[in-house]
Amino acid sequence: MALPLEGITVLEFSQYLAGPYAGLRLADLGARVIKIERPRVGDACRQLAIKHLFVDGDSLLFHTINRNKESYAANLKDPEDLAKVKALVKHADVITHNFRPGVMDKIGLDYQTVRQLNPTIVYGEVSGYGKTGPWVNKPGQDLLAQSVSGLAWLSGNDSPDPTPFGFAIADMICGTHLAQGLLAALVRRQQQGIGALVEVSLLESILDFQFEGITTYLNNGEQLPKRSQVAGAHTLLEAPYGVYQTADGYLAIAMTDLGQLLELLECNVTSEQLSQPYEQRDAIKAAIQRRLVARSTDHWLTTLEAADIWCSDVYTYATLMNQKAYQQLDMDLTVSRPNGASVTTTRCPIQLNGDKLRSDVAAPALGNANEQLASEGLLDD
Amino acid sequence: MTKLLEGITILDFTQFLSGPSASLRLADFGARVIKVEQPSGDLCRSLYVSNCDIEGESSLFQAINRNKESIVLDLKSAADQDKAQQLVKQADVVLNNFRPGVMAKLGFSYEQVKALNPSVIYGEITGYGADSDWAAKPGQDLLLQALSGLTWASGNGDDGPVPMGVAIADILAGGQLAQGVLAALIGRNKTKQGNEEPAATLVQVSMLEAILDFQFEAITTFHHDGQQPLSRSKTNCAQPLVGGAYGFYATADGHICISMGAIPKLGELLSCPALLALDDASLWFEQREAIKAILNDHLRSQTTQYWLDILEPADIWCADVYNWQQLFEHEGFKTLKILQTVTLANGAQYRTTRCPVRIDGERLYNDRGAPFLGQHSRAIEQEFLES
Repeated sequence: MALPLEGITVLEFSQYLAGPYAGLRLADLGARVIKIERPRVGDACRQLAIKHLFVDGDSLLFHTINRNKESYAANLKDPEDLAKVKALVKHADVITHNFRPGVMDKIGLDYQTVRQLNPTIVYGEVSGYGKTGPWVNKPGQDLLAQSVSGLAWLSGNDSPDPTPFGFAIADMICGTHLAQGLLAALVRRQQQGIGALVEVSLLESILDFQFEGITTYLNNGEQLPKRSQVAGAHTLLEAPYGVYQTADGYLAIAMTDLGQLLELLECNVTSEQLSQPYEQRDAIKAAIQRRLVARSTDHWLTTLEAADIWCSDVYTYATLMNQKAYQQLDMDLTVSRPNGASVTTTRCPIQLNGDKLRSDVAAPALGNANEQLASEGLLDD
Repeated sequence: MTKLLEGITILDFTQFLSGPSASLRLADFGARVIKVEQPSGDLCRSLYVSNCDIEGESSLFQAINRNKESIVLDLKSAADQDKAQQLVKQADVVLNNFRPGVMAKLGFSYEQVKALNPSVIYGEITGYGADSDWAAKPGQDLLLQALSGLTWASGNGDDGPVPMGVAIADILAGGQLAQGVLAALIGRNKTKQGNEEPAATLVQVSMLEAILDFQFEAITTFHHDGQQPLSRSKTNCAQPLVGGAYGFYATADGHICISMGAIPKLGELLSCPALLALDDASLWFEQREAIKAILNDHLRSQTTQYWLDILEPADIWCADVYNWQQLFEHEGFKTLKILQTVTLANGAQYRTTRCPVRIDGERLYNDRGAPFLGQHSRAIEQEFLES
């Protein structure tokens, strides 16, 4: 089927995760995404490995984030290469970069200059903390953004210590916002014929991610979130919301009719506690925990699901992937390079007209599109 | 005021968080979002959290639904069905997040809507996919976290499963839906410019697909490392796949976050000789327990600021660990100007966040609060149904 972004060309000067994650989604939706990379080294992510895992010379991490893209190797400090990149810019619809403020100006590829070359360009910029203020030169790195954003006080049980999110949430949310902004700007370009500057930052994105909690904080007399002592899962939600230990594993219980749940569990709490499920959540959850640990997860699932209580088992990747529902999702995707090197990863989470989007193109070897772009005449002014 | 999506009308049947967070972003970008609510209203209106309500509606509802309109339609009554059909005919985008099958019963499945509006973009969020064995399971955030493997990413090694304390599956699914709908609008406009009649587009996202996509680095690793389970360090864990010092540490007066930095260099800067010998970068994943244990002891001896003053000038990636109160007082936060005050129809005001994306150098503010139930019913009927 024809994908909606076919015909859109994206030049990705971005490295690591936030910008390239946006590029990945645009590629999934049909755009042609060309990474502009330094000769010999490329996107620094090519050498940033998790558990020393490399495939065909590039880290598995790089492969995961950059499948279905092309690579143009160019030295932006070399006038001849830069002239070719500028020619490419004239043929592009979208540019993204995540250099620290000022870097693109020095190269001569800042928004104002690029606009002269290509007046309807949609130009996306990722920063750590915006372009003004005391944090302009602070590294725009996921854990640092989490650290200053307040996010670390929302997970885990009450304790003196913060609990960070175990994955790169600021990068992922920021990349999502970047893709949204670029796409919305492309809609305007179609309707009004004008380009756009689209700016996102890790900090603004991770604050938007916390918008429910922040709005509550701003309107409840600025009471800071308080994590519950037992089965902590969400600072704002009342008992029984949380993950509990059972005799042989764990059980997650979401918001539900508390009275009915307590009856099914044969669990006693005082009527005063029952009437204050938020204020008294620690006592109520402790009582629930004492009951749940006596029997197996299966036992409780059978009892509670029959009564339409919102609950579930707690899986690892191994147990999840054994489930028929996971296999029906057909989420695994194998992508390959022309030399046969292949990676098994996940596909795009968006389905269009009932189709799963499953391009089998792997992440590019560095400079794999240099000849192709030249032969298409895209490097000529 | 920049409106990227000027002239786009979205008929939004979604409730709670996942769908409404998608339409919030589309509203931020200038689309007109009309919430179609049952007489009982979006259930999120009465989802009271920590007993914080604003003008009788939950603070969550107010955060998610600013800058939208509300019409009440009882889709089980023939008269209101007819009104909804007329609205559907005039919308660009129709959104829902009911469990599979519900929209068909109400008469507004993709096929039914397409028959009324042949170029509609129809966006849908389910919990687990429309045809899954789990299709009837509640698509609720904590359950998605629990089933997807995500609860083994945060916290320390001896903790049980630790959920992430934000409704992450909802927000991620909403983010993906917004992307899919925007891409479909671009596809539709291209067809229009080619002078063809644009065909309808179905955009589907499930919370499960979205939360698996979020874990794509870890899942891809799992496929390639012999299917090893996620393993969190015993102390100071911040990412189960990352070695070295990566984590938060208690200091004499608070906490410090250390992300990237060579271990011997850290040892030198922090006057912590035990780290000096750990000079083989290829072993820093295997040695993370030892590295963290040493730092965990050592960093408690001085204040956070003391350590930051040493590490930041040396370009070690580190930060203080703030709560919202500390953050909001900081100049680095104030310069963002990310908070805004919005106004309800009765004149009451509340503070919330703005759109995180800036366009053409401009921050996108909008001072319209969330709608009261049915606030715009009459006006929408006059505008769309009586012509």
